[in-house]
Amino acid sequence: MSTVFIALQANEETRPIIEAITTDNPGAVVNQQPAMVKIDAEDSLVVRRATIEELIGRDFDLQELHINLISLSGHIDETDDELTLHWNA
Amino acid sequence: MDMKTSSGKKLGLKEKYRHMTRGLDWETSYQKREDVHPLVEYEGIKIHDWDKWEDPFRLTMDAYWKYQSEKERKLYAIIEAYAQNNGHLNVTDARYLNAIKLFLTGISPLEYMAHRGFAMAGRAFPGAGPRVACLMQSLDELRHAQTQIHSLSNYNKYYNGFHDPAHMLQRVWYLSVPRSFFDDAVTAGPFEFMVAIGFSFEYVLTNLLFVPFVSGAAYNGDMGTMTFGFSAQSDEARHMTLGLEIIKFILEQDPDNIPIVQRWIDKWTWRGYRVLTLVGMMMDYMLPKRIMSWKEAWEVYFEQNGGALFKDLARYGIRPPKWLDQISFDKDHISHQAWATFYQYGAIADFHTWSPTEDELDWLSAKYPNSFDKYYRPRLKFWREQAEQGNRFYNKTLPQLCQTCQIPMVFTEPGDPTKICYREVDYQGEKFHFCSDGCKEIFENEPEKYKQSWLPAHQIYQGNCFPEGTDPTAEGFDPVSKVLEYYNIGFGQDNLDFEGSQDQKNFAKWRGMATSNE
Amino acid sequence: MQMDLRTVSIQPLRQTFSNIARRFGDKPASRYQEGTYDFQSTVNFHYRPTWDPDHEIFDTARTAIVMADWYAFKDPRQFYYGAYTLARAKQQEAAEANLGFVENHNLVATLDADLRQRATDLLLPLRHVAWGGNLNGASVCAYGYGTAFTQPFIFQAMDHLAIAQYLTRVGLLLGDESLLDQAKASWMNDDAWQGLRRYVEDTFVVKDPFELFIAQDVALDGLLYPLVFDAIVNDVFASQGGTAISLATQFMTEWFKETRRWADATIKTAASESAENKALIEKWAGHWRDRAAAALRPVAQIAVGDQADTLIAEQVEQFNARLAKAGAQV
Repeated sequence: MSTVFIALQANEETRPIIEAITTDNPGAVVNQQPAMVKIDAEDSLVVRRATIEELIGRDFDLQELHINLISLSGHIDETDDELTLHWNA
Repeated sequence: MDMKTSSGKKLGLKEKYRHMTRGLDWETSYQKREDVHPLVEYEGIKIHDWDKWEDPFRLTMDAYWKYQSEKERKLYAIIEAYAQNNGHLNVTDARYLNAIKLFLTGISPLEYMAHRGFAMAGRAFPGAGPRVACLMQSLDELRHAQTQIHSLSNYNKYYNGFHDPAHMLQRVWYLSVPRSFFDDAVTAGPFEFMVAIGFSFEYVLTNLLFVPFVSGAAYNGDMGTMTFGFSAQSDEARHMTLGLEIIKFILEQDPDNIPIVQRWIDKWTWRGYRVLTLVGMMMDYMLPKRIMSWKEAWEVYFEQNGGALFKDLARYGIRPPKWLDQISFDKDHISHQAWATFYQYGAIADFHTWSPTEDELDWLSAKYPNSFDKYYRPRLKFWREQAEQGNRFYNKTLPQLCQTCQIPMVFTEPGDPTKICYREVDYQGEKFHFCSDGCKEIFENEPEKYKQSWLPAHQIYQGNCFPEGTDPTAEGFDPVSKVLEYYNIGFGQDNLDFEGSQDQKNFAKWRGMATSNE
Repeated sequence: MQMDLRTVSIQPLRQTFSNIARRFGDKPASRYQEGTYDFQSTVNFHYRPTWDPDHEIFDTARTAIVMADWYAFKDPRQFYYGAYTLARAKQQEAAEANLGFVENHNLVATLDADLRQRATDLLLPLRHVAWGGNLNGASVCAYGYGTAFTQPFIFQAMDHLAIAQYLTRVGLLLGDESLLDQAKASWMNDDAWQGLRRYVEDTFVVKDPFELFIAQDVALDGLLYPLVFDAIVNDVFASQGGTAISLATQFMTEWFKETRRWADATIKTAASESAENKALIEKWAGHWRDRAAAALRPVAQIAVGDQADTLIAEQVEQFNARLAKAGAQV
């Protein structure tokens, strides 16, 4: 097993994104650090546009993630609907 | 931005991006490809099909401008508010600022270098995908250099040591460590540059620089640094992805590429690890409120995260970088060895050093149970006692430098922290000195490159580090003061111990004014 | 911990960084100044480039232009990253609104078939010209000397990429993806485009960064943009019922108006430095102007037939006047 992670700034815009990630990735572990939130998951982690849109009540473009993204690990697969991080091994 | 064709078919992200980048490219026929892109062959990397490149993060320019401008607006609003409200008086204590000085002189000019380096790489590659990704990164790196200068501009107005970063980078002894690292990368070919900076530095190591350090800045009340740091890091996510993609791409193109890439990974992980010694020292000694130790950060961001990465790359036949055993042993030691060096050479640096408080020594003992009390605490205590008696120790002999990483020869033998590690190589009738097996092997692979190193200690002895027109034979010639003049380090302002410094006095006075009614 | 700080007035020790103070005195400096001057290293390089051992990493000898101080150049727009990005974000919003308007009101359907065809044939192969501009911008940024001179070229590089992408979107408004393939085939094979393609490919092997600036940003862009987007799209096409096209390409018109000010300032600074610089610039500008004008003639004919010669003659005249104002007689 290998860990992938995504780290976001902790602010009003990322609150629903983090909530969506934890909803879509039940095994993910959320670490609160000064001014940032780091979410770890085993092998893969998915960010779903639909889940975020449901929480914020408007259209969301996954590329908006760039504004508050701090770091991530793993291979990325990005479509209009999902951003997936994963390791192959 | 949704995009449809006039027939009403909506294009997906990948399809759209394909039209927006590689669809633009063509095979030249009036000029030969090797004349248009002359630098893609000479490193021996074989690429058969540039179209196999997978674009990470498919940002078109309009989306880039949209999101980046939003980041910039936020960042500059905070920089302005921070300056207007004397936010600098909010930091935990003025010792903290010295970590930021190190950042401004040691890191920001490298961001600039990365800007030019990625422009070179983008120009060199014939493939549309890597070209666009490299050039976007070049633009981002210019952003980082400039947002750092702009964020720290206000500190420069009130504190010493911040005032001449680009000038110092090209002259001051310890800054030849980060500078030579980047000079090394841009003087390599485009593929090696990408493995050096895009992969080894951005992917494997920058998390260590930005994440715990910047989080530490936040913890120490430095909103300015926190903001530019996280804002820069949001671009790093794209850069890291580019770094990983380039490695996969090169490895998948031809099996002959594997040994070349492996040698570069070994070399650049070691080179980068050596440079990060400075960050280790910042985290363990220079943040008044500590967030995590260097060792802990190394374990999370290198061992755990890098471990997952190298496990993933194993399927290409890539093994983890060389010298990991030593690196793993050294994580208990290097930050302490570096701090001791800067403490001794505090007269010729542009930032202050000091004796850690008793509390801080206890914290270090707790974080480094295997090494600190045994090897490092006694020395720090001794120096503190000496300083209290008016004998603050300054080392006045120039140190011997490693020919490769250019760090003074202060690191110890793998497995024996009581013995300094020395290695040497005879080349063309001259003796070259190294701090480690890693640095020695890097030299042996490319002696023609590393024999050129501009070693600050050697250059001082050769008389190349005095202001123009200096006459070393004149009566009363004082080499140290002339070197400081050449560095543009103000004696008694930028250098020496924090205790008694102008920074210390001003900070105490200003904070007093700001928090009382007197 | 956030303390409650009283606002106090404390005296700064200095107003700006030492390198800025050495140039302009110790007074408050602009973000453009602090973000631009002296950023690039000039001395004590560690290693020679393995890809160019005859030069230092950054070396004034890569160009024949000689400057006592490469920081004599100044971008009149004072673009550093932040200023640049905010300016472009605003323009991209306008461009997005324009493209959206054309699309939502299906204005392409109002174009007559002949105009639509001519617009397609003229504009879509220009995607590749802009892509060439992207490469050349990267070259000058990489191998030029001094941040004041090189910094605008990464902006030029990315602007050219954006223009190639906007033209792609125009193409997808005018038809479907197959139009892009047809346009590329024209670019590769049609006689009308070969002069221009040869010009662009020849600039790819120009080594002198300043000459490349003249060939790309001064001569080619300086003739192509006013010819295609002003004279043809905004005047001729608009008068034939093609305002939709003019709306969809407004970014390019405004972009050229803005960037030529920077290009003029750059020529002026280098040409006024010495008679030798001036002579070089005049030689390069004359050479590349003639080649660009010749290469653009068959391209303009696609859109305006035999009006092309007159339009190009006008452009060349305006180009000469523009350069004369910047201090170069061509």
